[in-house]
Amino acid sequence: MGKRALLTLEDGSIYEGYSFGAKDTTYGEVVFNTSMSGYQEMLTDPSYAGQILVLTYPLIGNYGVNDSYFESKQVQVRGLVVREHCPVPSHWQSTGSLSEFLQTNGVPGISGVDSRALTRRLRSTGVMMGIMTSEMTPEETLQELKGLPRYDSTDFVKQVAIDKKYQWGLTSDDAALLHHIVIVDMGLKYNIARILTQLGCLVTVVPCTMAVEDILNLKPDGIVLSPGPGDPALLDYITKTVRKLAQRKPVMGICLGHQMIGTAFGARTFKLKFGHRGGNHPVRDLASGRVYITTQNHGYAVDADNLKGGLEVSQINLNDGTVEGLRHRELPVISIQYHSEGSPGPQDNVYLFDRFLKIVKERSTIV
Amino acid sequence: MSKISKVLVIGSGPIIIGQAAEFDYAGTQACKSLREEGITTVLVNSNPATIMTDEGIADIVYIEPLTADVIARIIKQERPDGLLPTLGGQTGLNLAVELADAGILDKYGVNLLGTPLETIKKAEERSLFKQLILDIGEPVPKSATVHSIKEAKELAESIGLPLIVRPSYTLGGTGGGIAHTMEELEYTVASGLSSSLSHEVLVEKCLLGWKEIEYEVMRDAADNCITVCNMENIDPMGVHTGDSIVVAPSQTLTDKEYQMLRSAS
Repeated sequence: MGKRALLTLEDGSIYEGYSFGAKDTTYGEVVFNTSMSGYQEMLTDPSYAGQILVLTYPLIGNYGVNDSYFESKQVQVRGLVVREHCPVPSHWQSTGSLSEFLQTNGVPGISGVDSRALTRRLRSTGVMMGIMTSEMTPEETLQELKGLPRYDSTDFVKQVAIDKKYQWGLTSDDAALLHHIVIVDMGLKYNIARILTQLGCLVTVVPCTMAVEDILNLKPDGIVLSPGPGDPALLDYITKTVRKLAQRKPVMGICLGHQMIGTAFGARTFKLKFGHRGGNHPVRDLASGRVYITTQNHGYAVDADNLKGGLEVSQINLNDGTVEGLRHRELPVISIQYHSEGSPGPQDNVYLFDRFLKIVKERSTIV
Repeated sequence: MSKISKVLVIGSGPIIIGQAAEFDYAGTQACKSLREEGITTVLVNSNPATIMTDEGIADIVYIEPLTADVIARIIKQERPDGLLPTLGGQTGLNLAVELADAGILDKYGVNLLGTPLETIKKAEERSLFKQLILDIGEPVPKSATVHSIKEAKELAESIGLPLIVRPSYTLGGTGGGIAHTMEELEYTVASGLSSSLSHEVLVEKCLLGWKEIEYEVMRDAADNCITVCNMENIDPMGVHTGDSIVVAPSQTLTDKEYQMLRSAS
């Protein structure tokens, strides 16, 4: 057992547990994920920047961590809350325990918390700010919480996105490659680039602050707008870029990328009470009627009521009816609120990358 | 298919490996659902100590041995227009195949409900199942279906011991076993051949000590499917399913492995 630790929420509720991982005090928006596997992928997902992650699955860390399951270059969550963590992992690829991993990455964890009771509170009250510590008294945490910067008013994309463009994996002179895809990085999950590369694309990742002309000068056949953290309403500078790109090239938006396509065509976004985070969210495709099981990780959604500019809803969430997919009536623009790349989660929606590349191919033969 | 008004449900029989207590539960729920739809439900079960044979679960209950002859007689007597064999575990599935092959279902105009005959055969007959798995591009252990001890010995020489022997048409594995030596192989194949309905056994590379993972998938005719859960046996391969504890979900698979197996399922 580690040292006693606390998780205090904005509404004054206090959860006691034991410290593991790094020993620091941390704060952030407290959110929950219901996936049963894939904790390393979640921890390294840039969309969790600024957040304390609660896992509802009660036993985390059984298969350890390894070098190839990173979704970005580092751990992105501010803190991790679990019911129980496994100190002795069992897996042939494991290179260490979850606790050691968090410690190496300077991220604190708290175990011994009834993470399902905590989740029920977050579902009824809504997500809120929280503080995790093994150094402060309950009174001190409550005091500290009052003065912390708000999640909703911070531009986390600026913190996680790259500032220099780079080539994914292969070199640009590989003539055998099918298409050149430029990913606009707002907090890229590596698996998107991995899948596009496997599908035969040359992938260039560029900063989301790059000028439209500079992006077009790279001569992309298609543009992918990456997922990313935080409130899309703070990202006017990206909305402007997306608006112009959508008129010129085939564009696919994923998660935050989907929200940016929405805002580029005049839609508004709103904050969900407790977000969608998990590996089993059912989504219905309105054209085919088919239901897909999807991985999700988002706290904001596109408002379906004020879509304009030729954009229409293509898919909806079956749990709460919110928008899960958009498409444009004339332009080669598609987007999904969920994660077709899975990681963690089902690989059922990888077909969407094939669909996008088909659009890219059709488009490139016309021009 | 015309409207179904009377359905014969094959019950779970005695509680054994391959048809454990969950089939009583499933069968009971099925009877209740059928009656809710206004369908006359006829139940046959050899085991009176089950919930499904309680008063008020089915409309008509036969406590009779679960054999093709008996069921044929019940069909003749009751003239149901549907047969639901998928809730009685192994016995129910085998009986459906027997009744269909004997022409009883056609003779009395009984529709086989639930899983189609083809699919039951694919799941039950090891060689058909192996072909199905190969057709969808998934790997299988090296194996062959043999009809004699001589054939089994020849196979052992080409792929090596230990080998596992599985008779067809017994999901729980009655009459099968692991052979570490040629003597054991001889004995196990002989026993397998005699307990197999079709007098054939599958002999395959033994996966002793491997992890054992299961997925529960439900799929309809329109190809909508959901993965209900996956499970991991606490004991490795080699400890019989009936002697082992299984937990849902899997405990020692990474997400990549979990999803790879889920996609395959």
